[in-house]
Amino acid sequence: MQEVTRDALLNKALELLKNGTVDRVLGYRVGEFSYDVTPAVFENEDALKKDFCWNSFCGANFSKYLISETAKTEKKLLVFLKPCDSYSFNQLLTEHRFDREKVYAVGVPCGGMLSGKDLREKVESVSDVSVNGDKVTVKTLFDGDLEFDFETLLSDRCKNCKSKKHVAYDELLGEDGEVLDSHRFDEVERLEQMTPDERFAFWQGELSRCIRCNACRDVCPACTCEKCVFDNPNSGVQNKAAADSFEEKMFHIIRAFHVAGRCTDCGECSRVCPQHIPLHLLNRKFIKDINSFYGDYQAGAEVGSRAPIVNYTTDDPEPSEAVERGHGNA
Amino acid sequence: MQVNEYKPLIVAFCCNWCSYAGADLAGNNRLNYPADVKIIRVPCSCRVNPMFILRAFQRGADGVILCGCHPGDCHYTSGNYYTRRRMALLFSMLDYLGIEKERTRVEWVSAAEGAKFAATMNDFVETVAALGENKRLEDLRCKK
Amino acid sequence: MRKISLSKLPELFSAIAKTSALYLPVDTKAGAKFEAWAVGKTLSNALNTVRSAKDFFFPQTENLMDFKVEGKNIELIDTRKECEDFVLFGVRACDVKSFEVLDRVFLAEPQDTYYKNRREHALIISTACNKPQETCFCGTFGIDAAEPSGDIVTYRTDDELFFDAKTEKGKKLLDALSSITEEADEKAVDQQKALIRERLQKLPLKDLKTEGFGSGKTAEFFDDPQWKELSSACLGCGTCTFVCPTCQCYDIKDFDTGHGIKRFRCWDSCMYSDFTKMSAGQPRLTQLERFRQRFMHKLVYYPTNNDGLFSCVGCGRCLAKCPINMNIVKVMKALGGREDA
Repeated sequence: MQEVTRDALLNKALELLKNGTVDRVLGYRVGEFSYDVTPAVFENEDALKKDFCWNSFCGANFSKYLISETAKTEKKLLVFLKPCDSYSFNQLLTEHRFDREKVYAVGVPCGGMLSGKDLREKVESVSDVSVNGDKVTVKTLFDGDLEFDFETLLSDRCKNCKSKKHVAYDELLGEDGEVLDSHRFDEVERLEQMTPDERFAFWQGELSRCIRCNACRDVCPACTCEKCVFDNPNSGVQNKAAADSFEEKMFHIIRAFHVAGRCTDCGECSRVCPQHIPLHLLNRKFIKDINSFYGDYQAGAEVGSRAPIVNYTTDDPEPSEAVERGHGNA
Repeated sequence: MQVNEYKPLIVAFCCNWCSYAGADLAGNNRLNYPADVKIIRVPCSCRVNPMFILRAFQRGADGVILCGCHPGDCHYTSGNYYTRRRMALLFSMLDYLGIEKERTRVEWVSAAEGAKFAATMNDFVETVAALGENKRLEDLRCKK
Repeated sequence: MRKISLSKLPELFSAIAKTSALYLPVDTKAGAKFEAWAVGKTLSNALNTVRSAKDFFFPQTENLMDFKVEGKNIELIDTRKECEDFVLFGVRACDVKSFEVLDRVFLAEPQDTYYKNRREHALIISTACNKPQETCFCGTFGIDAAEPSGDIVTYRTDDELFFDAKTEKGKKLLDALSSITEEADEKAVDQQKALIRERLQKLPLKDLKTEGFGSGKTAEFFDDPQWKELSSACLGCGTCTFVCPTCQCYDIKDFDTGHGIKRFRCWDSCMYSDFTKMSAGQPRLTQLERFRQRFMHKLVYYPTNNDGLFSCVGCGRCLAKCPINMNIVKVMKALGGREDA
């Protein structure tokens, strides 16, 4: 469901380029098919008019690109932010990871995004996809046209959208939404209710598929270390491939822990995983625990907030007590 | 000589200012605790990164215990408060992954609590021994 | 040529599995995957597996040797074991071709005995692609999805599976299966091939050409200004390399187990910041250089060293899995794999 059209975004970009507010535009470039759009920086009007794209497959979170894009130039960059991107935007600002002065942010309402990867697993030989209201028409090479409800194709992370409200922007296109009751912890709770053996079997099954492509880490807007400990040959834990199931667990536990309190739950990790590992369920466990142990906290909701993991109170629960509360036994 | 009796390997991270001194006191007072507990001295309990704990398991530990000054008594004022939050979250995550929660523990032991140190270690070794070998966070390559 | 009814596939698999291990694509939660066959497992209908079949010859991690240190002595332990015979069923034309690409790397002198051992014990049963996907472009590299190579080639119609043995090894297996298969003529297979070729003509990438790329073109493409734009969104993850059937780079590392050393080999990716890191540092400092390396290797360096053979087989896995949708097709089109030519 596109709430704003490509033309609206394009015109806004052209207007801001023309009046000198910005010098460059971070947007999506059209691909070979309707679903394979690529983030790109457009330097001028012609490039924008030719290749700028905005459709229901423009799901990638732009915020992380701002780190590299603002570091290498003095030019001002226009970025389009969906509500979930705006949380990462704030979180990166909190961590002083990019220069706010060099960015002009335009908020774009979002009705949920589709995933090309998921769609292609449902439908064979997709040749074109068009969205009309809440219907999606998928043209195929050999099976004719198929029609779906938008809801049924909605990408997994959008099914538990936490917020339609932008928390950062210089200018907003369209109407802003509300923070939603997303039921995003339902799945975490389901796992918590299982026996330890069941949970172990579940995670062993999921994590054993990991191929250590590092896409989850490289796409994550919270993973912004200049050099990751897992890439450092002197760390003793550099593992380019998991030679033992321990290494898969180690990598994902440490990664989730390292972003705990900073993860905005944007869902990019699970979106990019080529092996469909529900990595967001690790991050959500930390978010849920943080909320229940130390009070509700949403990373990125505001700039400058102090993450619970670098904070304390004198009456925090003891670890043993916390574990009991962690799986709903208290 | 007893053969085949399973003895768990325990790694205990002890803060330099309280718990390590507590262990020392336990020794001076001739209090018994199992030799299967291998103590690693750290400047403060908050020096312990989650990766230390996982790597201890990787290298063959069956249980990992972290000892620090009592909350409020940290030599560095607040180190152990951070430890408390970190370990609460880490242990809850390990539990979420189905790894036995009894294998990890945090205990506050002061320099005067030699008896508590010995009692804590005895209890922890017993608990871990009852669980048996660490299978869920093991690295097969490190097994002999 | 022999055939079997599709309803008798379980019998076929169990007959093959009696003589040697059998691996075939099965459906999992995360897409199709090659798995050892066991009673109850059914063949996936997916066009291709998420990970390629190269794992069978060039696994993601593999132990090469062990060292045991005692006092001043180091004992070297050869961990190699003779591989057992195995059958790979349902390999697509692109993946079969990828074995040729890998062979030229691992079987060139000095031969990789670990790879060779597995390669010699494998029997490949390929399958023609009844329903190619929009991301398929094997034709670009001269591969005919209607005519794969392999020890035995199979064709699937609505209710039957046809076998065509191409090698002695394949004939032997087919003979051993003669009690459950029946003699067949070429007619149905020819019809199927015609249908596949007709479908291949409908693929959106069918006109992608390799002209312009190949042996000796390093100077022409190396400094092309478009690399900057093409690589700008690249995350530097290893997804493309790890799902690629022809990517063959690896790293050899030692793991200290506390009581010895295990020397292992694992896949590496030219997209990683620590790829081919030496004492002097990383030879490719920026993602642009790493990105360029991957595509130059596939389209220029490899052909230069291997009689013009490209090290891409057009399987489309990178098109399907790249988190930011940058891939070899876009690179080729941008740099001049002219569609019209």
